[in-house]
Amino acid sequence: MSVVASTDAPAVEVEDAKAPWRLLVGAAWAQHRTKIGVGITLLLVLIAVIGPFVSRYPPDQGVEGQFPFAPPSSDAWIGTDALGRDTLSRFLSGGYTVLILSGLATALGVSGGVVIGLLAAYSRGRLDDLLMRTMDVVLSFPQIVFALVLAATVGPSLWLLVLAVAVTTLPRAARVSRGAAVEVVERDFVRAAEAIGVPRRKILFSEVLPNITSPLVVETTLRLTFNIAVVAGLSFLGFGLQPPAADWGLMINENKNGLIIQPWPVVLPVIAIGLLTIGTSLIGDGLARAAIGIERGRRSSG
Amino acid sequence: MPMHGITGFVVRRLLLGLVTLFFASVIIFAATQALPGDAARSFLGRSATPESLAELRRQLGLDKPVTTQYWDWISGVFTGDLGQSLANSLPVTEVIGERLVYSLFLMMLAAVISVPLGIAIGAISARRRDGVFDQVTSIVTLGLAALPEFVVGIGLAVLFSTTVFTFLPSVIVTEPGARPWDYPKELILPVATLVIAVVPYTARIMRASTVEILESDFVEMARLKGLSERRVLWRHAVPNALAPTFQVTAINLAYLAGGIVVVEAVFNYPGIGLLLVDAVRGRDVPVVQALALLIAGLYVVLNLLADLATIFVSPRLRTSLS
Repeated sequence: MSVVASTDAPAVEVEDAKAPWRLLVGAAWAQHRTKIGVGITLLLVLIAVIGPFVSRYPPDQGVEGQFPFAPPSSDAWIGTDALGRDTLSRFLSGGYTVLILSGLATALGVSGGVVIGLLAAYSRGRLDDLLMRTMDVVLSFPQIVFALVLAATVGPSLWLLVLAVAVTTLPRAARVSRGAAVEVVERDFVRAAEAIGVPRRKILFSEVLPNITSPLVVETTLRLTFNIAVVAGLSFLGFGLQPPAADWGLMINENKNGLIIQPWPVVLPVIAIGLLTIGTSLIGDGLARAAIGIERGRRSSG
Repeated sequence: MPMHGITGFVVRRLLLGLVTLFFASVIIFAATQALPGDAARSFLGRSATPESLAELRRQLGLDKPVTTQYWDWISGVFTGDLGQSLANSLPVTEVIGERLVYSLFLMMLAAVISVPLGIAIGAISARRRDGVFDQVTSIVTLGLAALPEFVVGIGLAVLFSTTVFTFLPSVIVTEPGARPWDYPKELILPVATLVIAVVPYTARIMRASTVEILESDFVEMARLKGLSERRVLWRHAVPNALAPTFQVTAINLAYLAGGIVVVEAVFNYPGIGLLLVDAVRGRDVPVVQALALLIAGLYVVLNLLADLATIFVSPRLRTSLS
């Protein structure tokens, strides 16, 4: 990505040797909270990715000789769930779905939002108003309510879930892109590109986009944190993966009523989802602080 | 502009809110009508016979043109006739009405506790900037803000009602005709969950805007006049830091409207959130449509109130408008 940006950008723009996003990542990494966040997130991603390969039993089958909500034993190290299945195996196998679904929804939503935001900032006038008012309408539903309305008609479907979460990500990403791009489109190098007849699409993606990467990186991390919560929440409500699949949100849903007898099948996925969101939000906070720091440094240096 | 001053501003915001709501209603309607499979088929499922499908379609008005269907629905919003719930054949307004009291009471309690709490925490952190209190709240609020509501809710249930301690009830069992305030003990955990979800945001934005104002000239002036630091904070800095905080608070109260969905499901609290989840599960489209529009309406109203509150607490805006 950065290669395209640096070769196409006119000379006025190349003030710093590093691309803006590398500067941002460097400054963020200098902070403890970013390192802790990356550590936590990596740990959970590792559990989710390696987990399915190291789990002892198939996650959707009961363990022989075990009863529902059995206490820990040599056969099931932390006991069994509501259907007598090994809790640890289900936990290890149930992490990757929330990562894939929320990651996909964030990627789709942010990309779409960037296109809308850039277009709005660049065209101004009527198209700008139309796009941003449409975004306001989507914003008038809480994310989870919007997804539920769709689920009511089509029923639980993973594609729909990704699509619904992506659509609710759109307006938030569009606002941030527009906000950052409005000031960039006024700059001389954009005017220069227009004057020599560079097509609009190329101006937006090769001239404007590279200059708003910092706020976008910050926003993407923030949206990922929220989307993990929404995806896991929908799964918890029973509108994500369907039984007998192993999934952290679904595990909580299935075993909630046995909390008094056997807390592990609920507590383990709850802790995992909680840690995952804390991890990504620490990264997001580190990036946001870095972005503010860079902006300050730029202003004071003139 | 034909209208000036605060009245003009209020009217413009009100109109914008109505336009937003109109389009929101179109989206809700389109989402539940245009997607593959109509409401009748999705409710009856595979067991549907052609006769029962035709009958339900007629009852829901699905045999009429789409524009007529939309008109019937949206005019029902104004006359209070939103059709019948497919689940129990009761009027939708009746089904929602009773539940709404529960949800509004829950949201009100959460708001009444979390807004002053967030403002106080934010202001104190700003005054003791980089002190122990500030650093601890900074870490705690960052962590709590990230947690999904159901994680907080179940965490509280594990801590206080099932595993560690067992002195608080984690589910509410209501009797017909009872009111939410009849269950003070059952309300503690759902309210606490919502408070924990909202306070971090309010506290963080309040801290940020108070820090900025404490560094401004007029606060320096107040200090030079020899006012006590406490007076400077609460009489000069805080009132001016409230404007951005109101905005964020309104956004978060609107966010409560979404938060109650999950929190009510965690604690089995009989409000509109749990109703929405049940209605979606049972494909009860008339109820889902009405609830979605209601929540969107709540959101628009809260944002409007936030804008108005912002004007009334910031003298500069007030004079520039009048």
